Amino acid sequence: MNNENLITEKDVAHVAVLARLHLSEKEITDFTVQLRSILEHGRDITALDLADIPPTSGPIPLENVFREDVKGGCVDKSEVLSEAPGHQEGQFLVPPLLDGSE
Amino acid sequence: MTEERYEPVIGLEVHCELRTATKLWCACPNEFGGEPNTHICPICLGLPGTLPVLNRNAVEYAMRIGTALNCEIKPSKFHRKNYFYPDMPKDFQISQYDEPINVQGYLDLPTGIRIGIERAHIEEDTGKSSHLGKSGRIHAAYGALVDYNRAGVPLVEIVSAPDIRSSEQAKDYVSELRAVLVATGATDGRMEEGSLRVDANVSVRKGPDAPFGTRCEIKNVNSLRSLVRAIEYEIKRQIEVLEDGGRIIQQTRHFNEDTLSTVALRSKEEAQDYRYFPEPDLPPISPGEAWINKVKEELPPLPPQRRAKVKEIFGTGDDGQIITLVEQDLDGLFLGVLSHGADGEIAIRRLLNEAASQIEAARKLDVKDFAALIGMEKSGKLSATQCKAVLAEMLESGGSPLQIAASLGFEGMKSNELEEVITQIINDNPDAFERFKAGDEKVTQFFVGQVMKATKGKANGKSVIEFLETKKS
Amino acid sequence: MKLSEQLLSAKEIAVGIKNKTFSATEIVSDTLGRIEKLDGDIHAFLNVTGDQALLRAKEIDEMVSKGEDPGILAGVPIGIKDNICTRKVATTCGSKILNEWKPPYDATVIEKLRSQGAIVVGKTNMDEFAMGSSTEHSAFGPTKNPHNIKCVPGGSSGGSAAAVASGMVPLALGSDTGGSIRQPAAFCGVVGLKPTYGLVSRYGLVAFASSLDQIGPFSRDVDDSVLLANAIMGHDPLDSTSLDIDTPPIKINSDGGVRGLRIGLVSEFLEGISPEISEAIERACKYLDAGGGQVESCSVPSVKQSLSAYYLIAPAEASSNLARFDGVRFGMRVDGKNAEEMMVNTRTAGFGDEVKRRIMLGTYALSAGYYDAYYGSAQKLRTLVIRDFESVYQKFDVLLSPTTPTTAFEIGAKIDDPLTMYLSDVCTIPTNLAGHPAISVPFGYDSKGLPIGLQVLAPALKDDLTLKVASYLESARENAND
Ligand SMILES: [Zn+2]
Repeated sequence: MNNENLITEKDVAHVAVLARLHLSEKEITDFTVQLRSILEHGRDITALDLADIPPTSGPIPLENVFREDVKGGCVDKSEVLSEAPGHQEGQFLVPPLLDGSE
Repeated sequence: MTEERYEPVIGLEVHCELRTATKLWCACPNEFGGEPNTHICPICLGLPGTLPVLNRNAVEYAMRIGTALNCEIKPSKFHRKNYFYPDMPKDFQISQYDEPINVQGYLDLPTGIRIGIERAHIEEDTGKSSHLGKSGRIHAAYGALVDYNRAGVPLVEIVSAPDIRSSEQAKDYVSELRAVLVATGATDGRMEEGSLRVDANVSVRKGPDAPFGTRCEIKNVNSLRSLVRAIEYEIKRQIEVLEDGGRIIQQTRHFNEDTLSTVALRSKEEAQDYRYFPEPDLPPISPGEAWINKVKEELPPLPPQRRAKVKEIFGTGDDGQIITLVEQDLDGLFLGVLSHGADGEIAIRRLLNEAASQIEAARKLDVKDFAALIGMEKSGKLSATQCKAVLAEMLESGGSPLQIAASLGFEGMKSNELEEVITQIINDNPDAFERFKAGDEKVTQFFVGQVMKATKGKANGKSVIEFLETKKS
Repeated sequence: MKLSEQLLSAKEIAVGIKNKTFSATEIVSDTLGRIEKLDGDIHAFLNVTGDQALLRAKEIDEMVSKGEDPGILAGVPIGIKDNICTRKVATTCGSKILNEWKPPYDATVIEKLRSQGAIVVGKTNMDEFAMGSSTEHSAFGPTKNPHNIKCVPGGSSGGSAAAVASGMVPLALGSDTGGSIRQPAAFCGVVGLKPTYGLVSRYGLVAFASSLDQIGPFSRDVDDSVLLANAIMGHDPLDSTSLDIDTPPIKINSDGGVRGLRIGLVSEFLEGISPEISEAIERACKYLDAGGGQVESCSVPSVKQSLSAYYLIAPAEASSNLARFDGVRFGMRVDGKNAEEMMVNTRTAGFGDEVKRRIMLGTYALSAGYYDAYYGSAQKLRTLVIRDFESVYQKFDVLLSPTTPTTAFEIGAKIDDPLTMYLSDVCTIPTNLAGHPAISVPFGYDSKGLPIGLQVLAPALKDDLTLKVASYLESARENAND
């Protein structure tokens, strides 16, 4: 990571879109400064030679953890819908969807 | 014609739902339809605190598919594909990314063409949303309803190499792929219920040696017919753009069934950045030799072998008929009928022309009963028309062909009765009989018609002609 | 404020109830009375479930009167960190965005506690989504340190630590992603254990960083932590990372003390610690030495970069885990003209600053072009940390360190400087990266009267060793009082 790779306000604004957050101008400025200092602290990792080190994604090595294909109970939809911010006709109600959102 | 200067390059992504008893991560039933939100639990709703646990059977079905598509089955991992959408409960999809379970396979089409399979990986399905407001259209809707019954249903996504060169070939590929998938028992392959879904990546280039052009992904193709039309439209559109001096923009396009055209989806500010990373809640899968071999050994016969078997036993029959027979999963019944000594020509005709329209019932036909029916048509006990009527009844409510024929009054005429009727008609029409003896074909039909009329259709046409022949001398 | 005196331990309560010395109802009423009296100042609880607790106490009393055994925690009141799901009882994660959400299910640990007779008396305060080291990031206001209400109790499980330290409850559950049990235990002068990753089911724990999170106990003494750990450990088929192994109940035999144990003093953890904590470490070494332990200095080089790795891995996983808080299926919604806008409005209004900061950091670390530089490198560093611990555990049975570089700081002191706040987790983070067990045990006070905590670390599945050494260190307190 060199100086050109430092996170910019433009990056922060883009990341906010990805994260579905709306940030004010001031928040963008503040977050840029804060994220930059945290990421700069992270340079101690990149200073190490990690080329031949495999990544670890879980602390305990496990594999082939399965459940059998046996039906169990479902939840009563009324208990779930009563906690939903919007529902109608036994379904979750949301504002209109835009097309193109995958 | 400018179109001839271009070669289309097509790759297909086929999503197929696996027919496991339960969903991929939870014990909710994996069933099509059902009242909205009745097959849901905290896990498939992605409620806070819940965790996925992998369905062993889904992995086994995926391995079957990989085996059937000549793939290498590899140790694999799950990743999270992050994007926000209301029908995706966790706002990320658990899928396989750079380490899928099946890689590097192929599918041979009946036409002899080999299409490469790049990968066939496991992932979860989404819920379904429906738009409230004007005729279910996205535009002008005032809201949407979300049903999570389908959320978390196991899918295998099969990605072909860009080896397909025409819409017709794309159709052949999907038909054959579907037949293979159904034959493995891993899926029911119903396009109309959405358990088999196809996206097409289409580009064009100037001749077979030119580099690939920019491609567009076509979504919302719900039938084979739509697939052909969507691809053809898209090829034409791209050629027109290029001929006008334009440039193809890589984008996702939606096929519109009404206008038979493709339209670009709103291009998003964020060029799709799914932020894939390894799913920390799921350990990797390492199937191992023993499991892979077991799946291989237990794999049911696939369409190419089944077609070859039909050809070998039946001896005749055209390729098109045999492909359809296997595609409809009627080859087992057909071979059973042959082994009971029934006539193959008649049997295949009745299966493909009549039985195929009620495919579910046809597959359940009793081999002995069906063989008996074909025997009755062959021997002349039933006319073709009568045979079809009996078959319709057998498909509708089952039962033996003898009883059904009797209940419909198709007893078949005893030969002495038929002889009496024919003699009477000859006596009433001496001139016509003279012409018959002289070899006038039209008169033959006249006599058959008269006999049918007199017997109210009970007589068998073939027998009538045989009797007439004996009266000649 | 007078603390922790004349209070019954969980062990004493369970025995007393089974022997009918007193009833569960009396104990629960007492507990509710103490919460009522103390929690106005401390704010350890977000929600006290008094009625349900009394009903449950009655059931326990009936079981006892019928001669049935309610379990090893018979009638013991317990506080639950509010990121652990409790059916039909609001679970907030210290956030506005959950909007008093009532889960339709119980976490596995809640079911286990229930089957051992424990009585949940309420949900405890925490930094929003467990992101923080002071409980100041709770959307419902901070918890105060019972030893000095001007100070933070630590975090993120500050409510649980303060509830136990102030004597409101004998036991509480917390969750530890980078020190969120051990650091508040140290600041509040109680025992806090982060078990080996996979020993306690995470099903029903609202995920912060899935590969680091682990639920664990708070108690006033080591024996009670053993009791609670035994109640909640065990394989859970609903958690794919739960270890499917036989875990016999932990028993610590403190007779032999630490005789023959090789104890490593990790030099990297001693850099920049306060002089008073440094003195406590020296005293501890002498005490361990006196008990027959062999204390020697050692080095785990990669722990220096652990903080950086943690602050990439945890936010990255969090950015994905917290995507589901979108206003569609549960919790708060702020409307918009379409679904996408509704999601943005909901998340913007519902999440606090610290959560937004970490989501931003994590989203950035995973985004195209940066994965290898940030998340990828951090995962590799994780491998180094595991290897370094492996090699140091060739020579040592356990490791010793301070739990925190300083004692509790004042409320507001670090709130505006995220990086400094993050640095207070420097001693606790490496064990989360490795998945190992570690415990914080009180060991004296500083000159301001604030508790000092020492940390004992051990290899995976050697949770009993951490408890054994902690139990020995705890005995120094009794010896000092003699
Ligand atoms: Zn479910």
